Amino acid sequence: MTLPLLLEQVLNGLQFGIMLFLMAAGLTLVFGVMGLINLAHGSLYMVGAFACAAVAAATGSFWLGLAASVVVAAFAGVLIETLVMRHLYRRDHLDQVLATFALILVFSEGTRWLFGSFPLYLNIPAALSSSITLPFGIVYPAYRMAIIVIGLVVAVGIFLLIHKTRLGIQVRAGESDREMIGALGIDIAKLYTILFAIGAALAGLAGALVGALQSVQVGMGEPVLILAFVVIVIGGIGSIKGALVGALIVGLTDTLGRTLLPVFFGTFMENASAMSVGASLSSMLIYMVMAIILIVRPNGLFGTAH
Amino acid sequence: MTAALSREATINCVIVALLAATVLFAVVADEPFTITLATRVAIFAIAGIGLNLALGHGGLVSLGHAAFFGIGGYAMGILASHAQTFEPLVLFGLTIEGTKSMPVIWLVAMVASALAALLIGALSLRTSGIYFIMITLAFAQMVYYFAISWPAYGGEDGLSIYVRNSFPGLNTLDPIQFFGLCAVILAVVIWLADRLVRSPFGFALEAARQNPNRVMASGLSPYQIRLIVFVISGAITGLAGALYADLNRFVSPNMFSWQLSGEFIIFIILGGTARLFGPLAGAALFVTLEHFLGGLTEFWQFWLGLMLLAIILFARGGLIGLLAGERRHG
Repeated sequence: MTLPLLLEQVLNGLQFGIMLFLMAAGLTLVFGVMGLINLAHGSLYMVGAFACAAVAAATGSFWLGLAASVVVAAFAGVLIETLVMRHLYRRDHLDQVLATFALILVFSEGTRWLFGSFPLYLNIPAALSSSITLPFGIVYPAYRMAIIVIGLVVAVGIFLLIHKTRLGIQVRAGESDREMIGALGIDIAKLYTILFAIGAALAGLAGALVGALQSVQVGMGEPVLILAFVVIVIGGIGSIKGALVGALIVGLTDTLGRTLLPVFFGTFMENASAMSVGASLSSMLIYMVMAIILIVRPNGLFGTAH
Repeated sequence: MTAALSREATINCVIVALLAATVLFAVVADEPFTITLATRVAIFAIAGIGLNLALGHGGLVSLGHAAFFGIGGYAMGILASHAQTFEPLVLFGLTIEGTKSMPVIWLVAMVASALAALLIGALSLRTSGIYFIMITLAFAQMVYYFAISWPAYGGEDGLSIYVRNSFPGLNTLDPIQFFGLCAVILAVVIWLADRLVRSPFGFALEAARQNPNRVMASGLSPYQIRLIVFVISGAITGLAGALYADLNRFVSPNMFSWQLSGEFIIFIILGGTARLFGPLAGAALFVTLEHFLGGLTEFWQFWLGLMLLAIILFARGGLIGLLAGERRHG
């Protein structure tokens, strides 16, 4: 394996990790502050992708579609929060799992109803359809590079939001003592709705960005959702820093495992079985990493006991 | 026996009578498909009862029980496929003949899924609450992806078994005889679950759910109690998986899918959490809805989702809770 190829895979892993971070950030904030497990976060990812594909098809502009994905997903988030989630904060996790599972059914089947069962295709914007040349002779698609940049910008934005703004102070206060900030006159219901909408918008953005790389279809959100769970379990629930580190660990482990493991087994096995053993093992690799981290730190890398 | 309890007992009898009447009607009217639906109900109920031990009584919300269901299914698929091709299975230097005998397959399915539950449980039970939900889901997903990428037994396409496995003295290809077999196993599992919940171990489990600190102060280990119930729960769900694979004569990675894990929880909630017959009522309701709503609209899961939301938000005790009132504690 040559160095440029390896570095290209590192970039792919980085891009995958950044996408997972956009998903995990919303999940971890919503859990950290509201104590809510939201399986329907993957549906918001799907809603964003469909909104982007539909608007881009109607207007011919990917960027309008991208804006629509954020707005529509945030709106769906507000809807979910006010109609369903608000009634579940005081319930146990089982009710939350069930209610959000039911929401997945409603969103998935509703989307199938509206758009049909065939996947939609979303084209990469013309301005980013070429490749760029990086040092070491790496030729990398401009669109994937743009995803990495957008993701990093959003990550910095979230850090600033949490640590430098009034909303961020309320969010952090809400994480440590829910009753207290209510007693201090903060409208918790509004804070929760805003937070949920931000998480939803991030998921929608991720869905739209990935939608242009893969196809836009019903059920696209759940595999990503489960990976986002792995990310926040590794990083520690409630921690944005943990979500970022966890997302990069998962993204890089998965991408590099898929490339390197078959090569590694190929050094001492015949080619066909090296490929199959390598593929089977690499599909399990991130879960093994998760298990190991759990054994060492049951609350995740940056988590505190809840 | 309190009034609410006897009302629950009456409802349990009605559920069983309804299932029996449906099957009887199907035999008289010669509708084998209805018998197959009833068999599905019985098998899903077994899986649900397995999960209910951990989830309802132990308070362990596992969103990964499809892993054990699938392992039970693959235990059947692997053994039967080796019997089908007359090629023995070579494992760590041991040569194992395939088999088509159901009792042997059930035993292997239960042992295999119990071992998996021991491993997954030992790791997952180090955590609790929301971590536990996500980790069980993640481990089930790990097995799912392994099954997809492992080419030896069909990979993503799954594995067909052409003739249903055999049980001494029965013709298992006859739908009603296979249903009878599943119904007897269901009855045994219900009886065992009832015994378990009423045993000293059951009380310790209930206590570990309600107040782990006091359990520890009494000299018991909540971790150990939970791990034991998780293993039992996994083994029962694995048995259901082997039966389900035999019903379809087909196993595929879909048996590991997280949607299935969610559906197991739905059976329990639809019927009523920690009710002995809850999973049976829930599975019956689910399969009936799937059949009738599925006939009316292609998007029946949309309506199922809305209905579930309504149940969670407004009718928290499930079907049996709605009919029999609040569950008595202690």
